[in-house]
Amino acid sequence: MSTARRIGDVILKVDHISLSFGGVKALTDISFDVREHEIRAIIGPNGAGKSSMLNVINGVYTPQQGSITFRGRERRDMDTYEAAAHGIARTFQNIALFSGMSVLDNIMTGRNLKIKSNFLEQAIWFGRARREEIENRRVVEEIIDFLQLQHVRKTPVARLPYGIKKRVELARALAAEPSMLLLDEPMAGMNVEEKQDMCRFVLDTNDQFGTTIVLIEHDMGVVMDISDRVVVLDYGKKIGDGTPEQVRSDPEVIKAYLGAH
Amino acid sequence: MIYREAGQFKTSYVTDAQIFPIAQDRIGIALMLLVAFVVIPRTATPYFFSAIMTPFLIYALATIGLNILTGYAGQLSLGTAAFMAVGAFASYNFMARIDGMPVLLAFILGGICAALVGIVFGLPSLRIRGFYLAASTLATQFFVVWCLTKVPWFTNNSASGVITAQQIEILGYRFDTPQSKYLLVLVIVTVMALMAKNLVRSTTGRAWMAIRDMDVAAEVIGFRIVHTKLTAFAISSFYCGVAGALYAYCYLGTVEPEAYNLDVSFRILFMVLIGGVGSILGSFLGAGFIVLIPIALSYLVHFTGLSNSVTSNLELMVFGALIIFFLIVEPHGLARLWQIGKEKLRLWPFPH
Ligand SMILES: Nc1ncnc2c1ncn2[C@@H]1O[C@H](COP(=O)(O)OP(=O)(O)OP(=O)(O)O)[C@@H](O)[C@H]1O
Ligand SMILES: [Mg+2]
Repeated sequence: MSTARRIGDVILKVDHISLSFGGVKALTDISFDVREHEIRAIIGPNGAGKSSMLNVINGVYTPQQGSITFRGRERRDMDTYEAAAHGIARTFQNIALFSGMSVLDNIMTGRNLKIKSNFLEQAIWFGRARREEIENRRVVEEIIDFLQLQHVRKTPVARLPYGIKKRVELARALAAEPSMLLLDEPMAGMNVEEKQDMCRFVLDTNDQFGTTIVLIEHDMGVVMDISDRVVVLDYGKKIGDGTPEQVRSDPEVIKAYLGAH
Repeated sequence: MIYREAGQFKTSYVTDAQIFPIAQDRIGIALMLLVAFVVIPRTATPYFFSAIMTPFLIYALATIGLNILTGYAGQLSLGTAAFMAVGAFASYNFMARIDGMPVLLAFILGGICAALVGIVFGLPSLRIRGFYLAASTLATQFFVVWCLTKVPWFTNNSASGVITAQQIEILGYRFDTPQSKYLLVLVIVTVMALMAKNLVRSTTGRAWMAIRDMDVAAEVIGFRIVHTKLTAFAISSFYCGVAGALYAYCYLGTVEPEAYNLDVSFRILFMVLIGGVGSILGSFLGAGFIVLIPIALSYLVHFTGLSNSVTSNLELMVFGALIIFFLIVEPHGLARLWQIGKEKLRLWPFPH
């Protein structure tokens, strides 16, 4: 599966991350790294702290302890805007599309960091503003083709079925041409066919654009199939880390998590 | 099949990215502009200009302003008239205090002052939302009108607080007839409406809608919340400010704080609600509707021989009923009804 692409050096490293909400310890002393171009899965039972981990990585949550090193720069916590500007894009567990906008506009928002023109130029729709809009539309059309969303291009996202919404969210993230993609349960709640499609899109993204992917997923089959390395969380603690084979045969992981399935 | 997209295949997204991508829309807009710029000026009476068309256009401009803030950026405001007042008084002061200040420049500067005030009073939106934000904009409304009434400098020390607006003269031409004032307002409103349309279909507008719909996701994508909200306040207030200046100079003929009271703020909010939240076209529909209702009702009363006092009460009742109707039945207002109509026409006469 991962024969064509070459996995590179570590580009993201989290060290001793602890995060709590009031008395609830969501993450306790978590450390792991992500290598360039790899597909890194985070698994664990409900409430294990997986989503919190993604939120720490792109700055939505600020951990009380630990540090994050992204592309060689170590920081106490990530800034959301900076994360986006440095090429980290993500999707959410509960679909977070802009419900009042069309599919096309939703995906176009993903291009916002490429825009140089100011609002005055946009108001008169002239020169740079117009060129940027057309160029961004071109890229967005490619993504629409890639994810096979042509037929719903102009549809308001609120009217779409669940599976397509998830795909639009992926499209919006891809529109930023990210170097790292954080996917929070991209296949949850999908039927088998939709899951297969989504799997293929994730793999193709990784393959064609070399995008590094950090992915949370509950479906063990999917995780074992597509990921290069897996982190296992349980009650906010890391209990396993390694290739799918290693993780699968780790007694502690089996006890805490896999055994239940 | 009068209104059809079929057959108009977009050969590229370049053509699809036009301001009005559907040919019928383009024809419709062209016809409306023809009527507004050519037919009405040749045929209408002074009463029609000064009592209907001019206030309609000015209200539409203010409604676009509020729609940018509330409809697109999702920040509820009850202070629209306050920003209009700032625009009017700032324009007045620029003209009164600087010799040879061009009128149009004064209007623009008035709008910019309103934008600055909008940014200041938009700051609470960074912390509070919904009902609490509405309450804080209500405070803006009272504070600004109070300031303009109490600080004599703003009214150039006039005793009554009511100032006669200066003559409008552009490049030696005097705009002193109802017809010429209408045309001036029409040009300004047309240009600004087209600019608003461009804004809402570009990144600026998408940023507004993104923070309206889902602010966490917007931030994660790279929109800066503070910047986006304050831009919405600034641009919205700019529109309101220019509308306020036009209200004073082309409609009332006077500059006075009381012309920008809470009633006006509410009226413009109703225009947004009835016309369509988040629609530029809807801003015109809503403004037209609310400007025309009292006039239509007064005709009704006239012909049915009811007493005059009935009219004003009837007006309030009709307003109330309409607001409730639109809030419950069609929150997207007349613009949405228009849209549905278009979709029906697209299939007509084959409903399936
Ligand atoms: N914003 C928040 N405020 C308070 N508690 C939170 C918040 N976010 C997460 N938590 C808590 O942190 C813990 C970990 O939650 P998290 O959403 O990261 O788990 P998860 O592994 O993603 O679970 P799931 O599989 O259900 O998505 C839970 O106990 C949760 O209640
Ligand atoms: Mg989760």
